[in-house]
Amino acid sequence: MSTRHIISLLMENEAGALSRVAGLFSARAYNIESLTVAPTEDATLSRMTIVTVGSEDIIEQITKQLNKLVDVIKVMDLTEGRHIERELMLVKVKAVGAGREEMKRTADIFRGRIIDVTDATYTIELTGTGSKLDAFLEAIDPAFIIETVRTGASGIGRGERSLKV
Amino acid sequence: MEATGAEIVVRCLAEEGVEFVFGYPGGAVLNIYDEIFKQNKFKHVLVRHEQAAVHAADAYARATGRVGVALVTSGPGVTNAVTGIATAYMDSIPIVVVTGQVPTPAIGLDAFQEVDTVGITRPCVKHNFLVKDVKDLAATMKKAFIIAATGRPGPVVVDVPKDVTYHVTDFEYPATVEMRSYNPVVKGHSGQLKRAVQMLLEAKRPMIYTGGGVVLGDASAQLTELARLLGFPVTNTLMGLGGHPATDKQNLGMLGMHGTYEANMAMQHCDVLLAVGARFDDRVIGNPSHFAREARRIIHVDIDPSSISKRVKVDVPIVGDVRNVLTDMLALLKQAKDRPDATALNAWWTQIELWRSKNCLKYNKQSPIIKPQYVVEKLWEVTKGDAYVTSDVGQHQMWAAQYYKFDKPRRWINSGGLGTMGVGLPYAMGVQLAFPEAQVACITGESSIQMNIQELSTCKQYRIPVKVVMLNNRYMGMVRQWQEFFYGSRYAESYMESLPDFVKMAEAYGHIGMRIDKPEDVEAALKEAFSPALKERMVFMDFQTDQTENVFPMVEGGKGLSEMILAEEL
Repeated sequence: MSTRHIISLLMENEAGALSRVAGLFSARAYNIESLTVAPTEDATLSRMTIVTVGSEDIIEQITKQLNKLVDVIKVMDLTEGRHIERELMLVKVKAVGAGREEMKRTADIFRGRIIDVTDATYTIELTGTGSKLDAFLEAIDPAFIIETVRTGASGIGRGERSLKV
Repeated sequence: MEATGAEIVVRCLAEEGVEFVFGYPGGAVLNIYDEIFKQNKFKHVLVRHEQAAVHAADAYARATGRVGVALVTSGPGVTNAVTGIATAYMDSIPIVVVTGQVPTPAIGLDAFQEVDTVGITRPCVKHNFLVKDVKDLAATMKKAFIIAATGRPGPVVVDVPKDVTYHVTDFEYPATVEMRSYNPVVKGHSGQLKRAVQMLLEAKRPMIYTGGGVVLGDASAQLTELARLLGFPVTNTLMGLGGHPATDKQNLGMLGMHGTYEANMAMQHCDVLLAVGARFDDRVIGNPSHFAREARRIIHVDIDPSSISKRVKVDVPIVGDVRNVLTDMLALLKQAKDRPDATALNAWWTQIELWRSKNCLKYNKQSPIIKPQYVVEKLWEVTKGDAYVTSDVGQHQMWAAQYYKFDKPRRWINSGGLGTMGVGLPYAMGVQLAFPEAQVACITGESSIQMNIQELSTCKQYRIPVKVVMLNNRYMGMVRQWQEFFYGSRYAESYMESLPDFVKMAEAYGHIGMRIDKPEDVEAALKEAFSPALKERMVFMDFQTDQTENVFPMVEGGKGLSEMILAEEL
C-alpha cells in the first residue's frame, strides 16, 4: 500500500547536491511530489525536504539510497514520528465587485494574509499543511484564480525530535 | 612546497602508490601529461580508445584489490570512458578516473571538447568531483581514493579543468581526509550475529550463497573455513566465482540463469540460506515471487544496507564488511556447544548428490566439430587451473564460468552486472600488467572481441603476452540462443558476414595467430600458446566452434530457479 512520506535530510551544501538527489529519484523511478532545499544556519549544510509516495519497501529503499549518497549526512522519515509540516502558497485572485469582499472573508477563514492589492486583484499568502492549501483552493471559485505559487512542504520533528549534525 | 595543479595530480597518484595509469592524452590534460613525462614513479599505458583505459584500470583493481587509475581528456575522452565507468560501477570496482575539463571560465559556454562530465557520469559513479580551485585538488584526490576503496567500492571521477592544472598552490598530500557524511559500517551488529549463528545451527537444509562481495572483501579464506566447519553446501554467483574453491566437494558450482542443476535446486529447496556479499540479482534468483514461494529463512550479510531487502525480504540482515562479519561468525560458532543436526545434514547431502548426479554440464565429447565447452575444459587443464581468466559477454562467458573451475578469488575477471561486450581484451591487459609472470587468458567470442580489437596494438607496444581464446561460432551466440528459444529461430542480425581472417589480423598487429578447426588440435594449440617458448608473446587463437551449441542449464527470464531447461530435454 502506498502512503505519503516526508523525508528530511541534511547534506553538504555543495554544487550539484540537489541534482544528486533529484537524479537518484528519477534513475530509480521513485516519486517526488515536492522537494525544497536551502542552506541551514550552518552555511556548509543544506536541508532538504522531499515529499514522496510509495509502499513501505520503496520508502525503505529511498531512505537507504539517500543515505548511500556520499554527500548526504543524515536522513529522517518525518512521517515515522510526530512532526509539523508547513507549506507556503501565494495566490493571485480576481477581486472585483461582490466577489472582492467574499474573497477577503475566505482568506480570513483560512488565516491567509492579503499582501498585495490592486483595484482588481488580491495576492494572498497562506501557510499550512498541503491539504489546508488544497482546501483553500477548493473553497474559492477556480474562475477567480489568476496564478498559484507553492513552495512544497517543509517539515520538522515535534518536541525533542531533531535532525542535526 | 608550491606546485601546479598538473604536478599535484601526478604527485598524488605517486603518493597513493599507483603502479599504472591507463590513459589517452588530449588538449585538456596536456599539462598533466607533461608532468607524467617528467616523472618515473608510475608507468603510463597508452591505450587505443578511452573505454579500454577504464576497463584495464578496472581489471587491475579486480585482480590486485588495489585502486585502478585511468586518465582521459575532456569531451569525447569522457564519453568514451563512460561505458568503462558504468561497468565498474555495476560490479563495485574501486577505480579513480581523472578527466580533463575545459578551463573554468569556459565551462557552460559549449567550448571545444566540453561535456558536463559530472552530470554525465553522476548515475554511474560512487561519487564524482569537479575541482574548481587548485587549493582543493590534493584533498579531493585523497577523498577520491578513500571513497573508491572503502565501504562498497566503486568508481570515482575527478574532473579537473585545464586552468586548474596550471594554477599554483602549496602542495601537501594529506595522510587522510575526514568526511562527516561518509562513514561506511564496518562491524556487524552483535545481536544479529548471534541470531544468525543460532539459525545456522538449527538448519536442516542449509545453503550458503556468496557473491562478488566475498571476492572484493577478501573474505574467501573465512568463508571457506565457515563452510568447512559447518559442512554446508556452497554456491557462488557469476561475480563470486573463486570465493569458495570450485573443486571443493562442498561447492555446487555457479547458480542462476545458467547455474548448475544442483545449485539451483538446493537454493530453491533449502530451509536456511546464508547470503554473503550477494544481492539476489535477477540473473541469480530469477523471478523473486517464484523464489519467495518456498518458505526459508534468510541471513543476508552485505556492506551495503540498500542491497538488503531490495529484491527479497530477509530475516536476519547483517550490515558490515564481509570479512569482519564472517570472522565474528566463526568465533561465535567455535564457542557454541551446539552443532548442526548431522542426520538432517546427511539427508540433505544425499538429496544434493542426487541432483548432482544429473551431471547437468555434460556435453557431446565425441563431436567432430569443436565444442566450446571442450576448449574451456582443456584450457583449465593446460593452465593447471591457475590462470587469470578474463571474458567478454555472451555464451563464451557462461561456458568460461561453468567449465573453468576457479579455486582462488580474483582469478575470474568479467563484466557481470553491466554485461559489457568488449571488456575481455583490455581486462586481460590490466591483469597481465599487474602480474607479468602469470598466465592470463581472455576467453572471448568473435563478436565481443571486435568491440575493442584495437587494443591488440597496445598489447604490442607494451609486450603484453595475453592469450586470446576466441570461441568463434560466427554468431552472436547468446543472442542466437535466445532467438532460437524464444523467437522461432528467426536470427535477426545475430550473424556477422565478412569476419576478418583473425590469424592475419593478429599477425598484422605483430602477434601470433592460430586457427584451430578440429577437436583433436585444441589441446596442442593451447599447450603451444602457453609454452615457455611463447611466454613473451601475445597469441590469438581462433577456435572454430559448433555454431548451434547452447548454454545449459537455462532458467528462462521470469521463471523460478527450479524451472530449468536442461540439455537433454531439447
